[in-house]
Amino acid sequence: MVENRPWLSVATHVVLIIGLVIVLFPIWVAFVASTHPADRFVSGVVPLLPGTHLIGNYAAVLGEGARQNGLPPVGPMLVNSLVMALGIALGKIAISLISAFAIVYFRFPFRKIAFWIIFLTLMLPVEVRIVPTYQVIANLGMLNSYVGLTVPLIASATATFLYRQFFLTIPDELAEAARIDGAGPWKFLKDIVIPLSRTSTAALFVILFIYGWNQYLWPLLVTTDPDYYTVVMGIQRAARATDQEPLWNLVMAVAMLALLPPVIVVLAMQKLFVRGLVETEK
Amino acid sequence: MAAIELRDVRKVYPGGVEAVKGVSLDIADGEFLVLVGPSGCGKSTLLRMVAGLETISAGMASIGGRVVNTLEPADRDIAMVFQNYALYPHMSVRQNLQYGLKNRKMEKAEIARRVAEAAEILQIAPFLDRKPRQLSGGQRQRVAMGRAIVREPSAFLFDEPLSNLDAKLRVQMRGEIRRLQRTLGTTSLYVTHDQLEAMTLADRLVVLNGGLVEQVGTPMELYERPASVFVASFIGSPSMNLIGIGSGAIEGLTGLGTMPGVPAGRPFTLGVRPEHLDVTEGESTAGEVTLLLTVTNVEVVGAESFVYGRLGGTGPDVAVRVSGYSRLEPGVTLRARARPGALHAFDASTGRRLT
Repeated sequence: MVENRPWLSVATHVVLIIGLVIVLFPIWVAFVASTHPADRFVSGVVPLLPGTHLIGNYAAVLGEGARQNGLPPVGPMLVNSLVMALGIALGKIAISLISAFAIVYFRFPFRKIAFWIIFLTLMLPVEVRIVPTYQVIANLGMLNSYVGLTVPLIASATATFLYRQFFLTIPDELAEAARIDGAGPWKFLKDIVIPLSRTSTAALFVILFIYGWNQYLWPLLVTTDPDYYTVVMGIQRAARATDQEPLWNLVMAVAMLALLPPVIVVLAMQKLFVRGLVETEK
Repeated sequence: MAAIELRDVRKVYPGGVEAVKGVSLDIADGEFLVLVGPSGCGKSTLLRMVAGLETISAGMASIGGRVVNTLEPADRDIAMVFQNYALYPHMSVRQNLQYGLKNRKMEKAEIARRVAEAAEILQIAPFLDRKPRQLSGGQRQRVAMGRAIVREPSAFLFDEPLSNLDAKLRVQMRGEIRRLQRTLGTTSLYVTHDQLEAMTLADRLVVLNGGLVEQVGTPMELYERPASVFVASFIGSPSMNLIGIGSGAIEGLTGLGTMPGVPAGRPFTLGVRPEHLDVTEGESTAGEVTLLLTVTNVEVVGAESFVYGRLGGTGPDVAVRVSGYSRLEPGVTLRARARPGALHAFDASTGRRLT
C-alpha cells in the first residue's frame, strides 16, 4: 500500500477483524459446545462461554465412553484419517512430480495430448465418477482397506499442472549444464529438479493433505467396517442418532479433534508453504 | 587438449528453418577461436552442436580426432560456460564444482585436489561454501568458469559468457578468460555478438552471417582485409564508411582514381574506416582522396572524438575519427583526407572484396 493515512488503516483493520470473527465464531461455538454436559443443549440455547466438562467430554470420545452412544472410538479414526491423508498427499506428489517431469523434459509422441488428457480429468472430480470408481474398487476387492481409501484419489491433474508450471520456470541451461555434467534423467530429477521444487512441494503437500483429510463422501462409501472409518465421516456417524437427541457435546469434541491435524500441518509447514506460493527459488 | 574439426555441418530445425547452412572449420589444438556475428546468424546453434545439445542434421564434427555426432554431451569431453552461468542454485559453490566429477565417479581425493586448484586459480576459495545467489555477477561467472576448469576437458565452449556483466566487469573478465586459456592451453570455442570481445580474445575469428561463414582469420586480417561488406561493417567501431560509387562523379569526393582490382566504369562500394581519415586544412594534392563533409553530429568519447558528416552536404553519412576533443559545430564543412592504402573496394552487388 502506497497510502499511509490513519483512517485507512483503521478501516482495513475493521474489515479484517469482521472477517476474522465470521471465520472464527463457528469454531468458537463448536469448542464451547464440546465443554458442556449433554443436557445443556436440550433447552435449545447454545452457550457462548466454555463449560466445565472439557476433560470429561474429550475423555469420553477418545476412550470407550462413546461406544455406548453408537460412536466408534476417535483414536483409531484419527489414525485412519492420517493414513489416508498422508497416502493421498504423498501419492499425489510422487505421481504428479514424475508425470510433470515426463511432460516437460521428454519429447515423445502424443506428449501434448497426454498433457491435455491429464488436464481434462480436472473436470471429473471424485463426485462425478463416484459410481464407476466404486464399481472398480468393489470388483478389485478393495472395499474396507487403506488402498481402497487412497488409490482412487491419488491421480491429480492440479498437482501435475502446478509442477509443470514450476518446471517450465527452471532455465533450460540448467538441464543442459546437468547433461554436460553427466547427469542422466534420473540424476537430474533427483539432484536438481526435486531439491529446486522443495518449496512448491511443501505448499502442495499442505493443500493435498487437507484435501485428503477432508474427504467425506468417498470414505463414507467404501468403508462399512468401523475399523476403517475416518474421523471426518465419524462426525456424521456421531450426529446420526436414531432414537434420541444427538450428543452434541461429543459430536463437537470429535469435530475439534478432527480440526487439529490440518492445523498442525499448516503451522509446521507455514514458512515453506508461503514461500512456495509466493516465490520461486532461483 | 584436442583439435576440433567441423565438416560441412548443417542444422535444419523440424520446422524447416536452416540455421546453419554448411560450416567447415578446423580449430587447432590449444587455439582460441571466436564465433562472432549478429543475432540469428547461427553461431550459438553451431556451438551447441559441438557441445551435443543440438543434434547435427548433416555433416561431421570431431573432437580430438573422434567423431562426436552421436555422442552424449557428457561423453564428448567438453565443458561449457553458459550466458546465465547455469549454476545449480541449491548447491554450494563447492558442490557446483564437484557435481560433474562426482557423476563421473572420480575419487574423492582427486575431486578435492581439482576443486582446490580451480578455486586457487579463480580466487573463489573464500566463497566455496556459499550459494550462488549470495555471489555477485562476476563471482558467479568465475564459478561457472571453475566448473569448466575442474573437468580438465579437451575443449572449452563459451556461449556469450560475459553478456550478463556490466561493462567494466566485462573488460576485466575478458582479460581473465584470455589469460586463463593461455595458461591452461585448452582449445576454446567462444561465441559472442560483441566484435570488441571477439577482436581482443581471439587467436582466430570466424564471422558468421545467415548460417554461413563469411570470413575466417586473425583479428588483424579481418580488420585489414575484410572479405565482404558484411565483415567490413561488423568489425571495427564505429563501422567502416561505405560509399556507393557509380559511373558518375560523387559530390564531395575528389581524387578517387581507378582502384586496383576494379575495372574502370564498374560500380562498386568504397570502404574507408573512420580512423583512416584525417582532417586536413589545405587543398588536396594530386593522388589524394579527399572527402568534403558537412558536419551533422560530434561524439566525444574522451581520448578521441567521432565526427559525423554528410558527404558533399547531401550524400551518405561518413564518420571521421579525430584525436582529442573536437570542437567542430554541426553545419561546418570539413575536409578529410584518406590515408593512402586504406581504401577498400567491394563488389556493388555481391558485397565481396574486389582487390
